[in-house]
Formats: sequence, structure tokens, C-alpha cells
Amino acid sequence: MSPLDLLVAAPLAFMVAALVLGQGGRWLILAAGPVMLGLSAWLLALPPDAAHLVGNWDLPLGILLRADGVARLLVPATCVCFVAVALYAWPEFSPKAGRETARAHTFWPMLYLMWGGSNAGYLTTDLFNLYVTIEMVSLAAVALAAMGSLAAGLQYFMIALVGSLAYLLGVALLAGHYDTVDATLLAVRARPDLPTVLALAVMTAGLLVKAALFPLHGWLPPAHAAAPAPASALLSAIVVKLGFVIILRLWFEAFAEVVRPAAIHLLGGMGALAVIYGSIQAIRQERLKPLVAYSTVAQLGYLFLAFPLIWNARIPGEPWAAVLVHAVAHMLAKAAMFLAAGLMLKAVAGDRISDLGGLARAMPLSVTAFALAAISLMGLPPSGGFTAKFLLLHAAIEQGQVIYAGVLVIGGLLGAAYLFRPLSVAFGASAAPVVRAEGALRVAAPLTLAALAIALGFAGMTLIELSSIGAPPAIALPLAEEPGP
Amino acid sequence: MSLPAALGHLFPLTGAALVGLGLFGFIILRHPLRQLLAVNVIAAGIFLILGGLGRGEDVTDPYPQALVITGIVVSVALTALGAAMITRLAEDRCAPAPTPEPPGDRDA
Amino acid sequence: MTAAFELILCLMILGTACVALLVRDFLAAIAFFVVFGNLMGLAWLALGAVNVALAEIAIGAGVTGVLLILTRGRLLALGEQIDGNPLGHWLNLGAAVVCSAFAVVLGAAVLSIAPDDGLAPVIDRLMPRIGVENPVTGVLLAFRAYDTLLESFVLLGALVAVWSLAPADAWPRAPAALRMTDPAALNVAESFGRLVLPIALVVAAYLVWVGSDRPGGAFQGGTVLAGGFLLAAMGGAMGLPRSDDPAFRWTLVAGPLVFLAIGLAGMALGRFLAYPEGMAKALIVTIEYFLAFSIGVTLALLVAGPPVRAETVP
Repeated sequence: MSPLDLLVAAPLAFMVAALVLGQGGRWLILAAGPVMLGLSAWLLALPPDAAHLVGNWDLPLGILLRADGVARLLVPATCVCFVAVALYAWPEFSPKAGRETARAHTFWPMLYLMWGGSNAGYLTTDLFNLYVTIEMVSLAAVALAAMGSLAAGLQYFMIALVGSLAYLLGVALLAGHYDTVDATLLAVRARPDLPTVLALAVMTAGLLVKAALFPLHGWLPPAHAAAPAPASALLSAIVVKLGFVIILRLWFEAFAEVVRPAAIHLLGGMGALAVIYGSIQAIRQERLKPLVAYSTVAQLGYLFLAFPLIWNARIPGEPWAAVLVHAVAHMLAKAAMFLAAGLMLKAVAGDRISDLGGLARAMPLSVTAFALAAISLMGLPPSGGFTAKFLLLHAAIEQGQVIYAGVLVIGGLLGAAYLFRPLSVAFGASAAPVVRAEGALRVAAPLTLAALAIALGFAGMTLIELSSIGAPPAIALPLAEEPGP
Repeated sequence: MSLPAALGHLFPLTGAALVGLGLFGFIILRHPLRQLLAVNVIAAGIFLILGGLGRGEDVTDPYPQALVITGIVVSVALTALGAAMITRLAEDRCAPAPTPEPPGDRDA
Repeated sequence: MTAAFELILCLMILGTACVALLVRDFLAAIAFFVVFGNLMGLAWLALGAVNVALAEIAIGAGVTGVLLILTRGRLLALGEQIDGNPLGHWLNLGAAVVCSAFAVVLGAAVLSIAPDDGLAPVIDRLMPRIGVENPVTGVLLAFRAYDTLLESFVLLGALVAVWSLAPADAWPRAPAALRMTDPAALNVAESFGRLVLPIALVVAAYLVWVGSDRPGGAFQGGTVLAGGFLLAAMGGAMGLPRSDDPAFRWTLVAGPLVFLAIGLAGMALGRFLAYPEGMAKALIVTIEYFLAFSIGVTLALLVAGPPVRAETVP
């Protein structure tokens, strides 16, 4: 028995159950929540070198699953997000007037498919297996995005399809070249020749489209802004992270010997531009959900801005931890923000920021959740976002990377600018609107997520230690170095 | 069956040409259904590269063959979803439903 | 001789692909796409990959072709314009240059990789442990069963995603009927459909059965089954199920569920998706039968599309 398999098998079993149960499918989260939280805790308790082959079939043929630092941080965070989103979505995706509806029925299997797919993606080291998991997640993501706007969903679908194929093309070249697609084996075998470099380039390009890095982000704001709040939360918190995690594995593990500094700086530069561009677009938005969606474009930029910092660091473990903490903090904070925004927009008549006037007094808890999430996204202490950005800034200054350091500071200021605006309106003096009380669970879900994003700020050392577990050698070794006698 | 050395790469090279051709189609074609067809051409090209590079003296490596079969099934599943989305979008465009969703379902 | 045949085959593949992409009339494009799929099947035969050839012809050409024709018909009925000459814009020249350059680089990369049968010896050594003769089945259902398990959920998920597109007032009705409207065509399709469905069942069962030792298997069998269902539905011999029919839902999930359950049972004995000594073949064949049946139903329903409102059902 191992949580490495169960973390994938359990959501798939729940998907089947949700599909068969129909109307009753929404109740399953009451079982799935504790089961998945338990499995996540088990994952954290595994010994550092926990890994095994599915069905005991050896590499290069078989598939290796392992619990490295990336998985140990992202699997539990993903689990918390899914549970919170599911509890929030519960009344929204319930039968209407006793009748099952297409949405209420299909939302739940799609949720579990995405859950199983993202866990499978964090845990596997096999690049072809990753292709299948990408498709599991994309499929569910497209269905959820299409629930808001079919046109945005179709656009997202087409782009995701081409992204997947670019990735698959790279896998095909690697499989032909090295007779394996396992990342741990490729780390030893990969040589910097044309097929390998081309494979890495097309795979990265395909994944960047899926991770919506500027300037490949075009599909994200319409799709994320139009979807129903729980779907937006999952799309922004979880779906874009899978592409990022795979790029991380490709660049720092499988092809660490192939990657050249110029390429690393290209990614870092795109990340920096994403931070600036996404923030400025967010400032320009008049409506709340597109603002939050553009904030995702900006926040994803930080994840890639960190690449050159990891690459150049004297102690790469620090920026490595920073980027993972940032991924987790963004997951929690962005899910919280979309859920809170959903409640706030439902309470007021319109979808514009100016409609939020006085809302802080009418629904203090939801506005608080939004504000706490904003603190983490801006990178103010104490929060997970602050820990991540502080570590990144520290690394950038230490390495003398003035431009990246500057972008980190400016990004924080711009983040404060775009997030302060909806908050200042909500806390403004205008008369509090009369709003219908929401269910306790719906209010608690974003509040819990946001509080966790803040709480991450107090767990810095634990997170750094977790992130270094099973980190690629290039990153793990310097941390393990003991000062000589 | 032994081939002249130059022809050993025939199928993977055809695959590479198909990828380029399909990509061109995807870029220039306007209707999403036709783009979907172009995507299928790209996928076929990738599969040919994958399988063709597994061609040995006597046998073709079963490992890429299995990957290709998995890929074909995934690609038909996605094509079906795309076709359904295109049809539904056209339906909505030509005759918008009287009430798209019961109120309260579309909130946020 | 073989070399000449292969060269001509590749040129024909490229030619049909060109026409399928660039021809003005979309129906002609689909026809050429189906021919393209069948030629791809021949290419796989030339590579000695009979399993892939079966899958490519059945799924790549067959199911995708039917899907495109059906979708085209529905779009035309809605007044959409699909035909059109894609060439002629000066920007296309730029796209052509970029895509050719990409294809040349890709070709150069491919040329620098020596084709070899790579893992075939490794797989040969492992095959006796599972008692199955067909190495592709061995990879799909034992050595990389995890991929195949996840993939069966992708297929199931795709159907659920298609259902999620149903208009609010159409749930949980059946998809739009595939029954032919032209009386003469219906007459032919009716008798043909009645005839084909039993044959499809037998062929599918046969393909799965031989799949453990010779080319064939769950996906090929499932596709044949899907074809039988679709023909029977077009002939009116069979209606499409409502999406809330419990028996139908169990049919859809049976394959993935049995696969998952056998995988988890292996965990109790050692490892997820590990088969106990001596039972591997029996378990693999069991999984394949359930999988083939579920795949058949799922593929047929994927082609049929989301549930529709009552008034559009004739």
C-alpha cells in the first residue's frame, strides 16, 4: 500500500461513483475530503526517498512514482483547494427543483478527474505518462471553462490541444532517441544534440502555452474570468500549475545538463515581462473577475522569473524553495480570491469594481477573505507570498541580478495597486448594500484558504525543508553540503 | 526485409513533413472544425515519428507502438469534445436558448 | 520493390493530407482525410505494426471520419459556412515559410536519430512472465498499464465533458437521433444495421480474444463495437440511451472500474497494477473484455454528441 498510487486511484474511484450516482454525486466530497486529506498527510510522512515502480515493472519500460519535495508541497495544497472549492460549489452544482441538471451532474466527475490527473502529474517521472495526465486535467479544465463561456472554452480547447501536441512531439523525439521517457534516466542519458534541444524547446513551448506565460497567456483571462467561481478557482489555482511543474522537472532534472544560460534567461525574462504586463492589465480592468484573472498572469510570471535565480544561486535550495512556496501560496490565495469574488459579485448587482461599494460592512467575512488573499498575493508579511518573494529577492540581490530584483519590487508595488482598488471600494464609506446571507460553508471556504495562505508565512523553515526532499541533484547537493572540519 | 539505409528514415521523415503540413493548416484555416482536422494530421505525423523511429531490422519496437495506440485514443476523445463544442457554439449562435440556465446557476 | 512501395505510400500520404487540408469543399476534405487515415494504416502495416494499423484505420480514419461527417451535417443544418478556399492571403506565405522551416528542422532532428527496435529485446525477455504473446498488449496492459488505465479515464472524461455541454433543458435526454431521415437510405441502413450489430459483437469479442496473442485488443475490439452501435443507431435498430439511465451509466464505467479494481487488488498483494504469478493472462483478458465493451459504448456516444432538447428529436 502506498499513497503514491492511492492519491491517483481514489479520485478516479470517486469520479466513477459521481458519474453513476448522478444526483447524489455531490455528497461524495464528504468522503473524498477526509480520504484525500489523510492520503496527503500519509504522503508527507513517507521517508525522504519514497518511490516505487507501478506494477514492479522496471525502468526504462515501466513508470516510476515518487514523493519528492515538489509533490509533497503541491499534493496537499491541491487537496486543500479541491476540498474547499467542492464545499463552496456544493449548493451551486446541486439539482435544481429536484431535477438533475447537466452541469450539476457533470461538474463532480470533472472535478475528480482533474484531481486525479493533477496528483498523477505531480507524482510521476515518466514524460509520456505526464502527457496522459496533462490531457486528463485539460479535458476537465475545458469542460469547466465552457460552463461560463462556450466561446472562451473553445478557444482554450484549441490552444490546449496544440500545446499538448507540441509536448507529445518532444516526447516522440525523446522516445526514439533514448528509448526511454523517464525523467530520472534522461537526467543521466541526455546529451545536448539537435533532437534533444528541439524536443526540450517544443515541449517547453507547449507547456508554456498551458501555463499561460506571457506572451502565450491570451486565452487565460477570458476563460478564467467567464467561468463560474468554483471553476475559475480551479483553473487559476491548479490547472496552470501542472504545466509549470513539468517545465520545472524538464529544466532542472531531466535536461539540467542540456540547458544553457541564455535559454534560462529567456524564460526568466518572459517571467519578468509577465509580472509587469499582467499587473498593468490588472490595474486597467474595470470588472473584478478579469482583474483577478490578470493577476494570475502576473503571479505566474514570478514562477518563471525564479528560473535564472535557481540556476545561478550559490545555494540553489533557497530560490528552489521560494518558487515552490510561491506556487503553493498562489494556489491557496488565488482560489480564495476567486471564491470570495464569486460571493461578493453575487451579492451586488453588477460585476464592476465600482459596484462593490460598502460591501465590507455587508459581508465582512468574504471581504476579509479577499483581503487576506490579497495580502499574500502582494507579498506583504506575514504570508506565504511574502516568504516566497523575500527568498527570491534575497537570491536576486545576492547574485547581483538587479533587473530581476527590480521587477520583484515593482511587481509587488503594482500588485498592491491593483488589489488595493477593489478593497478600498469595498471598505469605502458608501452605504452598505442589503445582501442575502450565504451558507456558512460558502463563506468559510475562501476564508480558510486565505488564512492558510497567510499561515504559510509562519512555516517558512518547514516548507524549505520539505521542498529539498528528493530535489534534483543540481539543487539538492549544495544544501546537503556540511562545512568541513 | 532489409531496406537501403537511406530509406530507414522514410516514415519518420514523412511524419515530420505531416507535422509541418498540419501546423500550416492549423494556422491558415479559419473554421475550427477544419482546424480540428489539421490537428489530427499533426497528431498522425507525431505518431509516425514515434513509431517509425522504433523500426528495427526485423521487428518494430512494441514500446512506441503501445504509446501510439494510447495517443490515438486520447486524440479521438479530444476531437469528439472539440466537435461537440463547435456544434453547440453554432447552435447558440443561430438560436439562443430562451433561458440559458435557471437563475442562480450562473452566478458569479 | 518494398522500398519503391514505401516511397509511393509516403508520397500518397503527404498528397492526401495536403488535399484534406486545402481543398475548398469540406466534404471532399473529409473524404481525403479518411483515405489519408487508411494510407496511414498501410504505413503501419509496412512497419510491421499490425496493432497500430488496426487502431489507426478503425479510430483514426473510421471514428474520426464519421464524427467529422456528422458534425459537418449538423453545422450545415444550422447554416454555418465551413467550405472556403483557405489559400490566397499573403500572410499565408509567411506561415508556409515558418512551417516549412520547422518541418526541415524537425526532419534534421529525426535524421540524426538512428531507428532501432530499442526496447524490443527487453520486452521479449519480460513477456513470459505475463503469459501473453502479443508484446503490444503486454506493454499496454502490463508494463505500462498505468498509462492505459489513465487513458481509459480520459475517454470516459471526454464523454462527461461532452455531456456538460448539453443545454439546460435537454438534460438528461438522449443525444440527437442518428436515424437516417431519407426513407430509402433508412431502409438500407435498417437491414444493414440489424445485420451488422451481431457481427460487430462477434468480431469485437474475437479481436479482444486473439489480442492477447496476436494483433488485436481492447481498443480495436471496442472500436468495431462502436461502429456496430453507430450503424445500428443510423438504421433505427437501436435508440440512443438517456444519460440518466443507470444501466447505461454502469456500462460506461465498467471497463475503467474493473481495471481500477484489479489494479487496487494487486496492491493488496504487493503493488498497484501488479498481477500475481500465473494469473496475469486471465486478469489481462478480463480487463480487456470489460474495457472493450465500455470503449465501444463510450466512442459511439462521443460521436453522437451531447443530449439535445425534446423538440429536435424526430
